[in-house]
Amino acid sequence: MMWLSQSEGEALSLSLSVAARSVALSLPAAILLAWVLTRRRFLGHTLLDAFVHLPLVLPPVVVGYLLLVLFGTRGPIGSWLERALGVELIFTRNGAALATAVMSFPLMVRAMRISLENVDRGLEQAARTLGAGAIDRFATITLPLMLPGVLAGAITAFSAALGEFGAVITFVSNIPGETRTLPLALYSALQTPGGDTAAARLAGISFVLGLGGLLLSEWFARRVRRLLGR
Amino acid sequence: MLSVAVKKRRGSFSLDARFELPTPGVVALFGRSGCGKSTLVNAIAGLLDADSGRVALDDMVLLDTERRLYVPPERRRIGYVFQDARLFPHLSVAANLRYGERRAPPQRFVSLDAVAGLLDLGSLMDRRTHQLSGGERQRVAIGRALLSQPRLLLLDEPLASLDAARRDEVLPYLETLRDQLAVPMVYVSHDFDEVLRLATYVVLMESGKTIAQGGVGEMSLNGGLRSIIGADAVGAIVDGTVLGTDPSSGLMRVKLGHGELRVEAANVAVGAKLRVQLLARDLIVATQEPRHLSVRNILTGVITAVTSDDTDSDLVALLTSNRLRTGLTVGWRVKASGGTSAV
Repeated sequence: MMWLSQSEGEALSLSLSVAARSVALSLPAAILLAWVLTRRRFLGHTLLDAFVHLPLVLPPVVVGYLLLVLFGTRGPIGSWLERALGVELIFTRNGAALATAVMSFPLMVRAMRISLENVDRGLEQAARTLGAGAIDRFATITLPLMLPGVLAGAITAFSAALGEFGAVITFVSNIPGETRTLPLALYSALQTPGGDTAAARLAGISFVLGLGGLLLSEWFARRVRRLLGR
Repeated sequence: MLSVAVKKRRGSFSLDARFELPTPGVVALFGRSGCGKSTLVNAIAGLLDADSGRVALDDMVLLDTERRLYVPPERRRIGYVFQDARLFPHLSVAANLRYGERRAPPQRFVSLDAVAGLLDLGSLMDRRTHQLSGGERQRVAIGRALLSQPRLLLLDEPLASLDAARRDEVLPYLETLRDQLAVPMVYVSHDFDEVLRLATYVVLMESGKTIAQGGVGEMSLNGGLRSIIGADAVGAIVDGTVLGTDPSSGLMRVKLGHGELRVEAANVAVGAKLRVQLLARDLIVATQEPRHLSVRNILTGVITAVTSDDTDSDLVALLTSNRLRTGLTVGWRVKASGGTSAV
Protein backbone atom coordinates (compact mmCIF):
# COMPACT_ATOMS: atom_id res chain seq x y z
CA MET A 1 0.00 0.00 0.00
CA MET A 2 2.26 2.68 -1.36
CA TRP A 3 -0.12 5.57 -0.96
CA LEU A 4 -0.35 5.19 2.83
CA SER A 5 2.34 6.32 5.24
CA GLN A 6 3.78 3.80 7.65
CA SER A 7 1.77 5.07 10.62
CA GLU A 8 -1.43 5.23 8.53
CA GLY A 9 -0.90 1.66 7.36
CA GLU A 10 -0.27 0.62 10.95
CA ALA A 11 -3.46 2.28 12.18
CA LEU A 12 -5.47 0.76 9.31
CA SER A 13 -4.20 -2.79 9.77
CA LEU A 14 -4.57 -2.48 13.54
CA SER A 15 -8.16 -1.28 13.11
CA LEU A 16 -8.98 -4.23 10.84
CA SER A 17 -7.30 -6.65 13.24
CA VAL A 18 -9.13 -5.26 16.27
CA ALA A 19 -12.47 -5.28 14.42
CA ALA A 20 -11.97 -8.88 13.26
CA ARG A 21 -11.11 -10.03 16.79
CA SER A 22 -14.06 -8.11 18.13
CA VAL A 23 -16.52 -9.79 15.73
CA ALA A 24 -15.03 -13.23 16.34
CA LEU A 25 -15.44 -12.66 20.07
CA SER A 26 -19.01 -11.39 20.01
CA LEU A 27 -20.53 -13.47 17.18
CA PRO A 28 -21.20 -16.74 19.08
CA ALA A 29 -22.46 -14.87 22.14
CA ALA A 30 -24.71 -12.65 20.02
CA ILE A 31 -26.26 -15.65 18.22
CA LEU A 32 -26.94 -17.31 21.55
CA LEU A 33 -28.43 -14.17 23.09
CA ALA A 34 -30.53 -13.40 20.03
CA TRP A 35 -31.97 -16.91 20.23
CA VAL A 36 -32.60 -16.72 23.97
CA LEU A 37 -34.26 -13.29 23.72
CA THR A 38 -36.43 -14.27 20.74
CA ARG A 39 -37.42 -17.82 21.60
CA ARG A 40 -37.46 -18.01 25.37
CA ARG A 41 -39.76 -16.36 27.87
CA PHE A 42 -38.41 -16.28 31.41
CA LEU A 43 -38.24 -14.15 34.51
CA GLY A 44 -35.84 -11.26 33.88
CA HIS A 45 -36.29 -11.37 30.12
CA THR A 46 -36.92 -7.62 29.92
CA LEU A 47 -34.00 -6.89 32.24
CA LEU A 48 -31.60 -8.97 30.14
CA ASP A 49 -32.90 -7.29 27.00
CA ALA A 50 -32.27 -3.86 28.54
CA PHE A 51 -28.82 -4.91 29.73
CA VAL A 52 -27.80 -6.01 26.22
CA HIS A 53 -28.89 -2.62 24.87
CA LEU A 54 -27.08 -0.58 27.54
CA PRO A 55 -23.97 0.21 25.45
CA LEU A 56 -26.23 2.00 22.96
CA VAL A 57 -27.34 4.54 25.54
CA LEU A 58 -24.40 4.73 27.96
CA PRO A 59 -21.58 7.20 27.24
CA PRO A 60 -18.74 5.08 25.77
CA VAL A 61 -16.41 6.41 28.43
CA VAL A 62 -18.63 4.79 31.07
CA VAL A 63 -18.40 1.45 29.28
CA GLY A 64 -14.60 1.86 29.15
CA TYR A 65 -14.54 2.68 32.84
CA LEU A 66 -16.67 -0.38 33.74
CA LEU A 67 -14.35 -2.54 31.65
CA LEU A 68 -11.38 -1.13 33.55
CA VAL A 69 -13.03 -1.98 36.85
CA LEU A 70 -13.94 -5.54 35.79
CA PHE A 71 -11.13 -6.47 33.43
CA GLY A 72 -8.24 -4.37 34.78
CA THR A 73 -5.19 -6.13 36.24
CA ARG A 74 -6.78 -5.88 39.68
CA GLY A 75 -10.37 -6.35 38.50
CA PRO A 76 -12.16 -9.62 39.41
CA ILE A 77 -12.26 -10.96 35.84
CA GLY A 78 -9.05 -9.35 34.60
CA SER A 79 -6.89 -10.77 37.37
CA TRP A 80 -8.37 -14.23 36.86
CA LEU A 81 -7.78 -14.09 33.09
CA GLU A 82 -4.17 -13.15 33.62
CA ARG A 83 -3.55 -15.83 36.24
CA ALA A 84 -5.44 -18.69 34.63
CA LEU A 85 -4.99 -18.06 30.90
CA GLY A 86 -2.14 -15.55 30.75
CA VAL A 87 -4.36 -13.15 28.81
CA GLU A 88 -3.60 -9.48 29.29
CA LEU A 89 -6.22 -7.01 28.20
CA ILE A 90 -5.05 -3.65 29.49
CA PHE A 91 -3.06 -1.70 26.88
CA THR A 92 -3.37 -4.55 24.32
CA ARG A 93 -5.22 -5.00 21.04
CA ASN A 94 -7.21 -7.83 22.61
CA GLY A 95 -8.43 -5.31 25.16
CA ALA A 96 -9.35 -2.95 22.33
CA ALA A 97 -11.24 -5.83 20.69
CA LEU A 98 -13.15 -6.49 23.91
CA ALA A 99 -14.12 -2.83 24.25
CA THR A 100 -15.36 -2.62 20.64
CA ALA A 101 -17.15 -5.97 20.99
CA VAL A 102 -19.12 -4.69 23.98
CA MET A 103 -19.98 -1.46 22.19
CA SER A 104 -21.17 -3.11 18.97
CA PHE A 105 -22.88 -6.05 20.68
CA PRO A 106 -26.40 -4.54 20.73
CA LEU A 107 -26.24 -3.76 16.99
CA MET A 108 -25.31 -7.35 16.28
CA VAL A 109 -28.00 -8.85 18.51
CA ARG A 110 -30.66 -6.58 17.00
CA ALA A 111 -29.87 -7.58 13.41
CA MET A 112 -29.96 -11.26 14.35
CA ARG A 113 -33.21 -11.00 16.28
CA ILE A 114 -35.04 -9.42 13.37
CA SER A 115 -33.82 -12.21 11.15
CA LEU A 116 -34.65 -14.93 13.66
CA GLU A 117 -38.17 -13.61 14.16
CA ASN A 118 -38.72 -14.15 10.44
CA VAL A 119 -37.69 -17.79 10.58
CA ASP A 120 -40.86 -19.89 10.21
CA ARG A 121 -41.14 -22.06 13.29
CA GLY A 122 -43.22 -24.46 11.24
CA LEU A 123 -40.03 -25.42 9.44
CA GLU A 124 -38.40 -26.28 12.75
CA GLN A 125 -41.45 -28.40 13.62
CA ALA A 126 -41.15 -30.15 10.27
CA ALA A 127 -37.48 -30.88 10.96
CA ARG A 128 -38.51 -32.22 14.33
CA THR A 129 -40.97 -34.71 12.85
CA LEU A 130 -38.16 -35.79 10.51
CA GLY A 131 -36.05 -36.82 13.48
CA ALA A 132 -33.89 -33.76 14.15
CA GLY A 133 -33.11 -33.02 17.82
CA ALA A 134 -32.76 -29.49 19.24
CA ILE A 135 -29.11 -28.81 18.37
CA ASP A 136 -29.46 -30.55 15.01
CA ARG A 137 -32.51 -28.38 14.17
CA PHE A 138 -30.69 -25.22 15.15
CA ALA A 139 -27.61 -26.05 13.10
CA THR A 140 -29.39 -27.30 9.97
CA ILE A 141 -32.55 -25.19 9.83
CA THR A 142 -32.61 -22.16 12.15
CA LEU A 143 -29.03 -20.96 11.72
CA PRO A 144 -28.95 -21.20 7.90
CA LEU A 145 -32.30 -19.39 7.70
CA MET A 146 -31.19 -16.57 10.02
CA LEU A 147 -27.89 -16.28 8.15
CA PRO A 148 -28.86 -12.98 6.45
CA GLY A 149 -29.22 -11.45 9.91
CA VAL A 150 -26.01 -13.03 11.19
CA LEU A 151 -24.07 -11.62 8.22
CA ALA A 152 -25.72 -8.22 8.43
CA GLY A 153 -25.01 -8.13 12.17
CA ALA A 154 -21.41 -9.18 11.71
CA ILE A 155 -20.73 -6.60 9.00
CA THR A 156 -22.44 -3.80 10.92
CA ALA A 157 -20.54 -4.73 14.05
CA PHE A 158 -17.28 -4.88 12.09
CA SER A 159 -17.86 -1.40 10.68
CA ALA A 160 -18.82 -0.04 14.09
CA ALA A 161 -15.74 -1.69 15.62
CA LEU A 162 -13.51 0.15 13.13
CA GLY A 163 -14.81 3.43 14.45
CA GLU A 164 -15.11 2.84 18.20
CA PHE A 165 -13.32 5.58 20.09
CA GLY A 166 -14.46 6.37 23.64
CA ALA A 167 -14.53 2.91 25.16
CA VAL A 168 -11.23 1.95 23.53
CA ILE A 169 -9.24 5.00 24.64
CA THR A 170 -10.64 4.74 28.17
CA PHE A 171 -9.98 1.03 28.56
CA VAL A 172 -6.71 0.44 26.69
CA SER A 173 -5.33 3.98 26.13
CA ASN A 174 -3.78 5.21 22.89
CA ILE A 175 -0.59 3.26 22.19
CA PRO A 176 0.87 3.42 18.67
CA GLY A 177 1.05 -0.01 17.05
CA GLU A 178 -0.97 -1.68 19.81
CA THR A 179 -4.19 0.20 20.49
CA ARG A 180 -4.03 3.25 18.22
CA THR A 181 -6.75 2.41 15.74
CA LEU A 182 -7.92 4.79 12.98
CA PRO A 183 -10.16 7.03 15.10
CA LEU A 184 -7.52 7.21 17.83
CA ALA A 185 -4.87 8.08 15.26
CA LEU A 186 -7.18 10.76 13.87
CA TYR A 187 -7.69 12.16 17.37
CA SER A 188 -3.92 12.19 17.96
CA ALA A 189 -3.33 13.95 14.64
CA LEU A 190 -5.82 16.66 15.64
CA GLN A 191 -3.93 17.12 18.90
CA THR A 192 -0.63 17.56 17.02
CA PRO A 193 0.27 21.02 15.63
CA GLY A 194 0.22 20.88 11.81
CA GLY A 195 -1.56 17.54 11.78
CA ASP A 196 -4.50 18.76 9.67
CA THR A 197 -3.48 16.95 6.50
CA ALA A 198 -2.84 13.73 8.40
CA ALA A 199 -6.26 14.05 10.05
CA ALA A 200 -7.99 14.62 6.69
CA ARG A 201 -6.27 11.58 5.17
CA LEU A 202 -7.27 9.37 8.13
CA ALA A 203 -10.84 10.64 7.88
CA GLY A 204 -10.80 9.74 4.17
CA ILE A 205 -9.61 6.21 4.94
CA SER A 206 -12.37 5.80 7.52
CA PHE A 207 -14.92 7.08 5.02
CA VAL A 208 -13.86 4.60 2.33
CA LEU A 209 -13.82 1.73 4.84
CA GLY A 210 -17.31 2.54 6.16
CA LEU A 211 -18.82 2.89 2.71
CA GLY A 212 -17.16 -0.34 1.58
CA GLY A 213 -18.58 -2.16 4.59
CA LEU A 214 -22.11 -0.98 3.90
CA LEU A 215 -21.93 -1.92 0.22
CA LEU A 216 -20.51 -5.33 1.07
CA SER A 217 -23.30 -5.90 3.56
CA GLU A 218 -25.96 -5.04 0.99
CA TRP A 219 -24.33 -7.31 -1.61
CA PHE A 220 -24.25 -10.21 0.86
CA ALA A 221 -27.87 -9.71 1.87
CA ARG A 222 -28.99 -9.79 -1.78
CA ARG A 223 -27.02 -12.92 -2.52
CA VAL A 224 -28.47 -14.76 0.45
CA ARG A 225 -32.00 -13.62 -0.38
CA ARG A 226 -31.60 -14.94 -3.91
CA LEU A 227 -30.29 -18.22 -2.52
CA LEU A 228 -33.41 -18.55 -0.36
CA GLY A 229 -35.62 -17.53 -3.25
CA ARG A 230 -37.16 -14.48 -1.64
CA MET B 1 -53.11 -50.79 15.65
CA LEU B 2 -53.03 -47.07 16.34
CA SER B 3 -54.95 -46.13 19.44
CA VAL B 4 -55.47 -42.52 20.39
CA ALA B 5 -57.22 -40.95 23.36
CA VAL B 6 -56.32 -37.34 24.11
CA LYS B 7 -57.79 -34.40 25.96
CA LYS B 8 -56.67 -30.83 25.60
CA ARG B 9 -58.20 -27.54 26.68
CA ARG B 10 -57.14 -24.31 25.05
CA GLY B 11 -59.20 -21.27 25.90
CA SER B 12 -62.81 -22.04 25.12
CA PHE B 13 -61.89 -24.92 22.81
CA SER B 14 -61.65 -28.38 24.21
CA LEU B 15 -60.47 -31.48 22.41
CA ASP B 16 -61.67 -34.85 23.62
CA ALA B 17 -60.83 -37.41 20.98
CA ARG B 18 -60.63 -41.15 21.00
CA PHE B 19 -60.23 -43.57 18.11
CA GLU B 20 -58.55 -46.76 17.03
CA LEU B 21 -57.23 -47.62 13.61
CA PRO B 22 -56.48 -51.15 12.54
CA THR B 23 -53.08 -50.97 10.78
CA PRO B 24 -52.21 -50.85 7.97
CA GLY B 25 -55.01 -48.72 6.69
CA VAL B 26 -55.98 -45.15 5.98
CA VAL B 27 -58.10 -43.44 8.57
CA ALA B 28 -59.74 -40.20 7.55
CA LEU B 29 -60.32 -37.63 10.26
CA PHE B 30 -63.33 -35.89 8.85
CA GLY B 31 -65.23 -32.86 10.08
CA ARG B 32 -65.87 -29.20 9.50
CA SER B 33 -63.00 -26.68 9.56
CA GLY B 34 -62.09 -25.78 13.12
CA CYS B 35 -63.47 -28.96 14.69
CA GLY B 36 -60.05 -29.88 16.10
CA LYS B 37 -58.72 -32.26 13.44
CA SER B 38 -55.34 -30.53 13.16
CA THR B 39 -55.06 -30.22 16.94
CA LEU B 40 -55.63 -33.94 17.24
CA VAL B 41 -53.02 -34.72 14.58
CA ASN B 42 -50.51 -32.44 16.33
CA ALA B 43 -51.14 -34.35 19.55
CA ILE B 44 -50.44 -37.63 17.77
CA ALA B 45 -47.22 -36.19 16.31
CA GLY B 46 -46.24 -34.88 19.75
CA LEU B 47 -46.08 -31.24 18.59
CA LEU B 48 -48.84 -30.36 21.01
CA ASP B 49 -48.83 -31.25 24.69
CA ALA B 50 -52.00 -33.08 25.58
CA ASP B 51 -53.47 -32.39 29.03
CA SER B 52 -54.11 -36.06 29.45
CA GLY B 53 -54.31 -39.14 27.32
CA ARG B 54 -52.58 -42.04 25.71
CA VAL B 55 -51.24 -42.59 22.20
CA ALA B 56 -49.90 -45.98 21.17
CA LEU B 57 -48.80 -47.38 17.85
CA ASP B 58 -48.69 -51.18 17.76
CA ASP B 59 -46.60 -52.13 20.80
CA MET B 60 -44.97 -48.74 21.26
CA VAL B 61 -46.49 -46.26 23.68
CA LEU B 62 -45.80 -42.68 22.55
CA LEU B 63 -47.73 -40.85 25.20
CA ASP B 64 -49.20 -41.92 28.50
CA THR B 65 -49.87 -39.04 30.84
CA GLU B 66 -50.79 -41.40 33.68
CA ARG B 67 -47.35 -42.97 33.54
CA ARG B 68 -45.75 -39.59 32.78
CA LEU B 69 -44.47 -40.97 29.52
CA TYR B 70 -43.84 -38.64 26.60
CA VAL B 71 -41.80 -39.52 23.53
CA PRO B 72 -40.68 -36.27 21.81
CA PRO B 73 -41.69 -35.85 18.13
CA GLU B 74 -38.15 -36.38 16.88
CA ARG B 75 -38.15 -39.88 18.33
CA ARG B 76 -41.71 -40.93 17.46
CA ARG B 77 -40.91 -41.84 13.86
CA ILE B 78 -44.20 -40.40 12.68
CA GLY B 79 -44.08 -38.72 9.27
CA TYR B 80 -46.06 -35.49 8.97
CA VAL B 81 -47.21 -33.87 5.74
CA PHE B 82 -48.31 -30.33 6.52
CA GLN B 83 -50.98 -28.40 4.67
CA ASP B 84 -48.37 -25.81 3.62
CA ALA B 85 -45.70 -28.45 2.74
CA ARG B 86 -43.04 -26.71 4.86
CA LEU B 87 -40.16 -27.52 2.54
CA PHE B 88 -36.82 -26.14 3.69
CA PRO B 89 -36.20 -23.11 1.45
CA HIS B 90 -32.43 -23.17 1.80
CA LEU B 91 -32.14 -26.74 0.54
CA SER B 92 -32.67 -28.30 -2.89
CA VAL B 93 -35.46 -30.83 -3.46
CA ALA B 94 -32.96 -33.68 -3.19
CA ALA B 95 -31.55 -32.32 0.10
CA ASN B 96 -35.09 -31.89 1.45
CA LEU B 97 -35.83 -35.53 0.62
CA ARG B 98 -32.64 -36.73 2.26
CA TYR B 99 -33.15 -34.68 5.41
CA GLY B 100 -35.39 -37.27 7.06
CA GLU B 101 -33.68 -40.24 5.41
CA ARG B 102 -30.31 -39.30 6.93
CA ARG B 103 -31.85 -39.28 10.39
CA ALA B 104 -33.81 -42.53 9.99
CA PRO B 105 -32.74 -45.81 11.61
CA PRO B 106 -30.65 -48.15 9.42
CA GLN B 107 -33.45 -50.58 8.53
CA ARG B 108 -35.30 -48.96 5.63
CA PHE B 109 -38.53 -49.99 3.97
CA VAL B 110 -38.39 -47.46 1.17
CA SER B 111 -35.44 -45.98 -0.73
CA LEU B 112 -34.93 -42.58 -2.34
CA ASP B 113 -35.19 -44.16 -5.78
CA ALA B 114 -38.42 -45.94 -4.88
CA VAL B 115 -39.99 -42.76 -3.50
CA ALA B 116 -38.82 -40.76 -6.50
CA GLY B 117 -40.46 -43.37 -8.71
CA LEU B 118 -43.73 -43.53 -6.79
CA LEU B 119 -44.12 -39.76 -6.68
CA ASP B 120 -42.46 -38.86 -10.01
CA LEU B 121 -39.82 -36.71 -8.37
CA GLY B 122 -36.90 -37.59 -10.66
CA SER B 123 -37.03 -34.41 -12.72
CA LEU B 124 -37.40 -32.15 -9.67
CA MET B 125 -34.32 -33.27 -7.72
CA ASP B 126 -32.00 -30.35 -8.52
CA ARG B 127 -34.67 -27.66 -8.27
CA ARG B 128 -34.91 -25.21 -5.45
CA THR B 129 -38.16 -25.38 -3.54
CA HIS B 130 -39.45 -21.96 -4.62
CA GLN B 131 -39.35 -23.12 -8.23
CA LEU B 132 -41.99 -25.79 -7.57
CA SER B 133 -45.72 -25.62 -8.22
CA GLY B 134 -48.14 -26.23 -5.35
CA GLY B 135 -48.76 -29.82 -6.40
CA GLU B 136 -45.05 -30.52 -6.78
CA ARG B 137 -44.37 -29.05 -3.35
CA GLN B 138 -46.85 -31.43 -1.76
CA ARG B 139 -45.40 -34.41 -3.61
CA VAL B 140 -41.92 -33.51 -2.33
CA ALA B 141 -43.30 -33.06 1.19
CA ILE B 142 -44.94 -36.49 1.03
CA GLY B 143 -41.71 -38.02 -0.27
CA ARG B 144 -39.66 -36.33 2.44
CA ALA B 145 -41.95 -37.67 5.16
CA LEU B 146 -41.90 -41.19 3.66
CA LEU B 147 -38.11 -41.26 3.47
CA SER B 148 -37.88 -40.70 7.21
CA GLN B 149 -39.12 -44.33 7.28
CA PRO B 150 -42.14 -43.54 9.43
CA ARG B 151 -44.26 -46.08 11.22
CA LEU B 152 -47.25 -43.81 10.69
CA LEU B 153 -47.88 -41.02 8.22
CA LEU B 154 -49.98 -38.01 9.19
CA LEU B 155 -51.39 -35.91 6.38
CA ASP B 156 -53.01 -32.66 7.51
CA GLU B 157 -55.21 -31.48 4.62
CA PRO B 158 -52.35 -31.86 2.16
CA LEU B 159 -54.58 -30.85 -0.75
CA ALA B 160 -56.51 -28.01 0.87
CA SER B 161 -54.23 -25.26 -0.42
CA LEU B 162 -54.35 -26.55 -4.01
CA ASP B 163 -56.84 -25.70 -6.74
CA ALA B 164 -59.02 -28.45 -8.21
CA ALA B 165 -56.63 -29.28 -11.06
CA ARG B 166 -53.60 -29.57 -8.75
CA ARG B 167 -55.67 -31.66 -6.35
CA ASP B 168 -56.52 -34.14 -9.10
CA GLU B 169 -52.83 -34.22 -9.96
CA VAL B 170 -51.77 -35.23 -6.42
CA LEU B 171 -54.64 -37.55 -5.41
CA PRO B 172 -53.59 -40.49 -7.62
CA TYR B 173 -50.15 -40.45 -5.96
CA LEU B 174 -51.77 -40.77 -2.56
CA GLU B 175 -53.81 -43.72 -3.84
CA THR B 176 -50.60 -45.33 -5.11
CA LEU B 177 -48.97 -44.93 -1.69
CA ARG B 178 -51.96 -46.48 0.03
CA ASP B 179 -51.94 -49.46 -2.34
CA GLN B 180 -48.19 -50.05 -2.55
CA LEU B 181 -46.77 -49.22 0.87
CA ALA B 182 -47.88 -50.71 4.15
CA VAL B 183 -47.57 -47.43 6.08
CA PRO B 184 -50.68 -46.65 8.07
CA MET B 185 -51.95 -43.15 7.40
CA VAL B 186 -54.07 -40.61 9.21
CA TYR B 187 -55.60 -38.33 6.62
CA VAL B 188 -57.21 -35.08 7.76
CA SER B 189 -59.76 -33.58 5.43
CA HIS B 190 -62.91 -31.56 5.24
CA ASP B 191 -63.53 -32.65 1.66
CA PHE B 192 -65.64 -35.80 1.53
CA ASP B 193 -64.60 -36.69 -2.02
CA GLU B 194 -60.99 -37.09 -0.85
CA VAL B 195 -62.14 -39.26 2.04
CA LEU B 196 -64.17 -41.37 -0.35
CA ARG B 197 -61.20 -41.97 -2.60
CA LEU B 198 -58.54 -42.63 0.02
CA ALA B 199 -59.90 -43.82 3.32
CA THR B 200 -60.53 -47.32 4.55
CA TYR B 201 -61.75 -46.06 7.90
CA VAL B 202 -63.47 -42.85 8.93
CA VAL B 203 -63.46 -40.97 12.23
CA LEU B 204 -66.03 -38.20 12.40
CA MET B 205 -65.25 -35.13 14.48
CA GLU B 206 -67.45 -32.33 15.66
CA SER B 207 -66.45 -29.41 17.92
CA GLY B 208 -63.41 -31.16 19.35
CA LYS B 209 -65.01 -34.55 19.86
CA THR B 210 -64.86 -37.77 17.93
CA ILE B 211 -68.52 -38.62 17.40
CA ALA B 212 -68.43 -41.78 15.30
CA GLN B 213 -66.00 -44.13 13.63
CA GLY B 214 -66.05 -47.16 11.41
CA GLY B 215 -65.31 -48.54 7.96
CA VAL B 216 -66.13 -46.27 5.02
CA GLY B 217 -69.14 -48.33 3.88
CA GLU B 218 -70.52 -48.50 7.39
CA MET B 219 -69.98 -44.77 8.01
CA SER B 220 -71.44 -43.65 4.71
CA LEU B 221 -74.97 -43.48 6.06
CA ASN B 222 -74.09 -42.14 9.49
CA GLY B 223 -76.35 -39.39 10.74
CA GLY B 224 -73.44 -37.27 11.94
CA LEU B 225 -71.83 -37.43 8.53
CA ARG B 226 -75.12 -36.46 6.93
CA SER B 227 -75.32 -33.33 9.05
CA ILE B 228 -71.82 -32.30 7.94
CA ILE B 229 -71.93 -33.01 4.21
CA GLY B 230 -75.65 -32.37 3.70
CA ALA B 231 -78.43 -34.77 2.70
CA ASP B 232 -77.68 -34.32 -1.00
CA ALA B 233 -74.21 -35.84 -0.68
CA VAL B 234 -75.25 -38.81 1.44
CA GLY B 235 -75.22 -42.21 -0.14
CA ALA B 236 -74.19 -45.80 0.31
CA ILE B 237 -70.54 -46.51 -0.48
CA VAL B 238 -69.90 -49.92 -1.99
CA ASP B 239 -66.72 -51.51 -3.30
CA GLY B 240 -66.91 -52.91 -6.82
CA THR B 241 -64.86 -54.48 -9.60
CA VAL B 242 -64.75 -53.33 -13.21
CA LEU B 243 -66.09 -56.07 -15.49
CA GLY B 244 -65.69 -54.36 -18.83
CA THR B 245 -66.64 -51.40 -20.97
CA ASP B 246 -69.21 -51.10 -23.67
CA PRO B 247 -67.76 -48.73 -26.30
CA SER B 248 -71.06 -48.17 -28.10
CA SER B 249 -72.84 -46.69 -25.08
CA GLY B 250 -69.74 -45.26 -23.37
CA LEU B 251 -70.64 -47.13 -20.20
CA MET B 252 -68.71 -49.59 -18.13
CA ARG B 253 -70.01 -52.50 -16.14
CA VAL B 254 -69.15 -52.73 -12.46
CA LYS B 255 -69.79 -55.77 -10.29
CA LEU B 256 -71.30 -54.89 -6.93
CA GLY B 257 -71.86 -57.88 -4.68
CA HIS B 258 -74.21 -60.09 -6.70
CA GLY B 259 -75.46 -57.21 -8.80
CA GLU B 260 -74.09 -55.28 -11.70
CA LEU B 261 -74.07 -51.56 -12.38
CA ARG B 262 -73.59 -49.66 -15.61
CA VAL B 263 -71.90 -46.30 -15.10
CA GLU B 264 -70.08 -43.67 -17.18
CA ALA B 265 -66.81 -45.22 -18.37
CA ALA B 266 -63.71 -44.01 -16.56
CA ASN B 267 -60.11 -44.61 -17.49
CA VAL B 268 -59.68 -47.82 -15.49
CA ALA B 269 -58.63 -51.32 -16.48
CA VAL B 270 -60.85 -54.39 -16.41
CA GLY B 271 -60.55 -56.07 -13.03
CA ALA B 272 -59.72 -52.80 -11.26
CA LYS B 273 -61.26 -52.27 -7.84
CA LEU B 274 -63.22 -49.12 -7.38
CA ARG B 275 -65.55 -47.54 -4.94
CA VAL B 276 -69.09 -46.61 -5.94
CA GLN B 277 -71.22 -44.11 -4.11
CA LEU B 278 -74.95 -44.55 -4.57
CA LEU B 279 -76.30 -41.12 -3.70
CA ALA B 280 -79.55 -41.32 -1.77
CA ARG B 281 -81.04 -38.56 -3.92
CA ASP B 282 -80.49 -40.69 -7.02
CA LEU B 283 -82.32 -43.73 -5.68
CA ILE B 284 -85.90 -44.81 -5.82
CA VAL B 285 -87.08 -47.83 -3.97
CA ALA B 286 -89.75 -50.19 -5.23
CA THR B 287 -91.23 -53.33 -3.71
CA GLN B 288 -92.04 -54.74 -7.13
CA GLU B 289 -90.10 -55.04 -10.39
CA PRO B 290 -90.28 -51.48 -11.74
CA ARG B 291 -91.75 -51.04 -15.24
CA HIS B 292 -92.10 -48.19 -17.69
CA LEU B 293 -89.19 -46.26 -16.13
CA SER B 294 -86.11 -44.76 -17.78
CA VAL B 295 -83.88 -46.54 -15.33
CA ARG B 296 -80.39 -47.56 -16.31
CA ASN B 297 -79.64 -49.76 -13.32
CA ILE B 298 -81.76 -52.04 -11.22
CA LEU B 299 -80.29 -53.64 -8.14
CA THR B 300 -82.10 -56.07 -5.91
CA GLY B 301 -81.59 -56.30 -2.20
CA VAL B 302 -83.12 -56.67 1.20
CA ILE B 303 -83.85 -53.76 3.50
CA THR B 304 -81.86 -54.53 6.60
CA ALA B 305 -82.55 -51.39 8.62
CA VAL B 306 -84.80 -48.42 8.47
CA THR B 307 -83.77 -45.37 10.41
CA SER B 308 -85.28 -41.96 10.67
CA ASP B 309 -84.16 -38.89 12.50
CA ASP B 310 -86.16 -36.07 14.03
CA THR B 311 -85.23 -33.39 11.54
CA ASP B 312 -86.01 -35.34 8.44
CA SER B 313 -88.65 -37.82 7.48
CA ASP B 314 -86.33 -39.56 5.03
CA LEU B 315 -86.06 -43.28 5.39
CA VAL B 316 -82.68 -44.82 4.81
CA ALA B 317 -82.39 -48.32 3.54
CA LEU B 318 -79.08 -49.96 4.22
CA LEU B 319 -78.13 -52.02 1.27
CA THR B 320 -74.61 -53.30 1.44
CA SER B 321 -72.99 -55.41 -1.24
CA ASN B 322 -72.92 -58.63 0.71
CA ARG B 323 -76.55 -58.27 1.71
CA LEU B 324 -77.93 -57.83 -1.78
CA ARG B 325 -80.64 -60.46 -2.07
CA THR B 326 -84.01 -60.59 -3.71
CA GLY B 327 -87.00 -59.21 -1.91
CA LEU B 328 -86.84 -55.52 -2.74
CA THR B 329 -85.96 -53.88 -6.01
CA VAL B 330 -83.99 -50.71 -6.16
CA GLY B 331 -83.67 -48.54 -9.22
CA TRP B 332 -80.66 -46.30 -9.46
CA ARG B 333 -79.82 -43.08 -11.26
CA VAL B 334 -83.35 -41.83 -11.20
CA LYS B 335 -84.10 -38.83 -9.11
CA ALA B 336 -86.82 -39.49 -6.60
CA SER B 337 -89.50 -36.86 -6.89
CA GLY B 338 -90.05 -34.71 -3.82
CA GLY B 339 -86.83 -36.03 -2.32
CA THR B 340 -88.55 -38.70 -0.30
CA SER B 341 -87.94 -42.32 -0.93
CA ALA B 342 -90.94 -44.59 -0.87
CA VAL B 343 -90.73 -47.97 0.72
